[in-house]
Amino acid sequence: MSNNTPSPNHFVAPLEETPLVAIDAVKVGERPSNLWIDAWRDMRRRPMFWISAAIIVLIVIVALFPTLFTQIDPRECILSRSNGAPTATNILGFNKQGCDVFSRIVHGTSTSLSVGIIVIILTTVLGVLFGMFAGYYGGWLDSVLSRAGDIFFSIPYILAAVVIMSVFSAYRNVFIISLAIGIFAWPATARVLRAEILRVKNADFVMAAQALGVSRFRILLRHVLPNSIAPVIVVTTISLGAAIVAEATLSFLGVGLPNSTMSWGNDISAAQTDLRTAPQTLIYPSIALSITVLSFIMLGEVVRDALDPKARAQR
Amino acid sequence: MAGYIFRRILQAIPVLLGTTFLIYFMVFAMPGDPLLALFGDKTPNPALLERLRQEYHLDQPFIVQYFLYLGGIFRGDFGTSFSGEPVSAILARTFPVTIRLAIMALFIEFVGGVIIGLVSGLRKGKLFDASALVISLIFISLPIFVIAFVAQFIFGIQLGWARTTVSTGAPIQDLILPAFVLASITFAQIVRLTRSSVIETQSLDFVRTAYSKGLSRRRIIPVHILRNSLIPVVTYAATDFGVLLVGATVTEGIFNVPGVGRTLYQAIIRGEGPTVVSFVTVMVLIYLVVNLVVDLLYGLLDPRIRYVK
Repeated sequence: MSNNTPSPNHFVAPLEETPLVAIDAVKVGERPSNLWIDAWRDMRRRPMFWISAAIIVLIVIVALFPTLFTQIDPRECILSRSNGAPTATNILGFNKQGCDVFSRIVHGTSTSLSVGIIVIILTTVLGVLFGMFAGYYGGWLDSVLSRAGDIFFSIPYILAAVVIMSVFSAYRNVFIISLAIGIFAWPATARVLRAEILRVKNADFVMAAQALGVSRFRILLRHVLPNSIAPVIVVTTISLGAAIVAEATLSFLGVGLPNSTMSWGNDISAAQTDLRTAPQTLIYPSIALSITVLSFIMLGEVVRDALDPKARAQR
Repeated sequence: MAGYIFRRILQAIPVLLGTTFLIYFMVFAMPGDPLLALFGDKTPNPALLERLRQEYHLDQPFIVQYFLYLGGIFRGDFGTSFSGEPVSAILARTFPVTIRLAIMALFIEFVGGVIIGLVSGLRKGKLFDASALVISLIFISLPIFVIAFVAQFIFGIQLGWARTTVSTGAPIQDLILPAFVLASITFAQIVRLTRSSVIETQSLDFVRTAYSKGLSRRRIIPVHILRNSLIPVVTYAATDFGVLLVGATVTEGIFNVPGVGRTLYQAIIRGEGPTVVSFVTVMVLIYLVVNLVVDLLYGLLDPRIRYVK
């Protein structure tokens, strides 16, 4: 403490009370906080996050190692067991062709998941490129890129995929169907990123980087993009679920994957004529499909809530 | 206002040209000769082939063909279906049915969705709200054809309340079940959107002012909160009209509703490429027009929008 007592006439605050070093010092013990750390703290407290994450991990394991979950060959179909009731080994019964329903669901998982993943890679790459340049550079480039996005956005992507799949009816496989869905689904990502970049590019740290002489492109990559990517992650998680639904819808309409490819959409499509006699052949693949989509949408919602402080305050 | 309408229509033109160009390009890129397909397994007479090629302008460069096709669209000529019937004639017959179904679905999803969303928003965090959120999430993740089959199975087969397929002429009572199914896809989104919009509006200053003026809740909720919460809901319904069109295709196909959607559905199932393309073009045009009309209505409703951009 200070020992020079100020005279009672003019009071001066003792100088050594708070050393300047203490004001500037970074609290070493405290963990740094940013958007992602806050979001993680928020998410890990929520049961919805753990439930959806656990289901997604399970789905990925099923897709990678289907034989861990069933020993029955999904292609071993015996017509005499057509629409047969469940047994001890064939827990969900048999479909019209006499194949094991459970085994087909397990082996169909990888198809749905790979379509979903390829589609989001495509929409994220296209959406980030278009949204990034349109939002950051603005001007005529923005006009051109945004109008291009409008054109693709104006065709409902399932209808567009129907046309593409009808045109390429000879080449139906997982890649073509993902391309057909993704090529018209990216403007949603681009729009979200563009709006966010418009908001971020006027922030103080961008101006600071400019003042330091960092090149524009480098500012975009190092400062603007990482700070605007959060909403893209939300859109991407939700659109993974939407892409799986799109694949199933196309397969259901008969313009999706060929019948030889095992997919939930194909199984549901094949079972529709037996709704009256063997509803289980339709219900079980539908449940698998819905749970998968639900868990991705749920995860997207949790991430959105965690990343958006406004939404957090509203809860 | 006139300037806003003009600007908006002007903006729609490149989108219209772009979408039709894209669709036409996709078909043009179709592998194989479309004329040879007409003859099936038979080998056609080269002279006849040449005449047909000229008749359908297939000897012209791609861009000329595109403008001929665009000119046809403006004259109301969408091409000919596989059965030889002009697409415009099929549209005239099937369109009224689809409109009837769509209006019923829109009515159900709006009335139901807004009421449930409003109650949820007003009782945030209560049991009603929590269950509405969970149920809407489940509806969002169910593909439309699954909802259609489950509805058909429960209400049509198990309970016998409704017919599983719609009879010719599509009377209103037969369309109730398909309309509910069609409504279910966007219903959940409307519930959630109304809910969050109501929660946001509730905390605004003018609502607090209304309360402090001593107005009753019965007046504040419908007049101050609900009306101001509906703008994002209406926007959503317009942009999601495309989902409704796809949903109509699947629903009409499953319930055998004799509308535009079923025609498209059957053309897809039978692999009739040119018919599919004609109908998709028609649907995209409808979608564009609906969005344009909604945009124009907004300018009318909310003066702020006219001055943006």
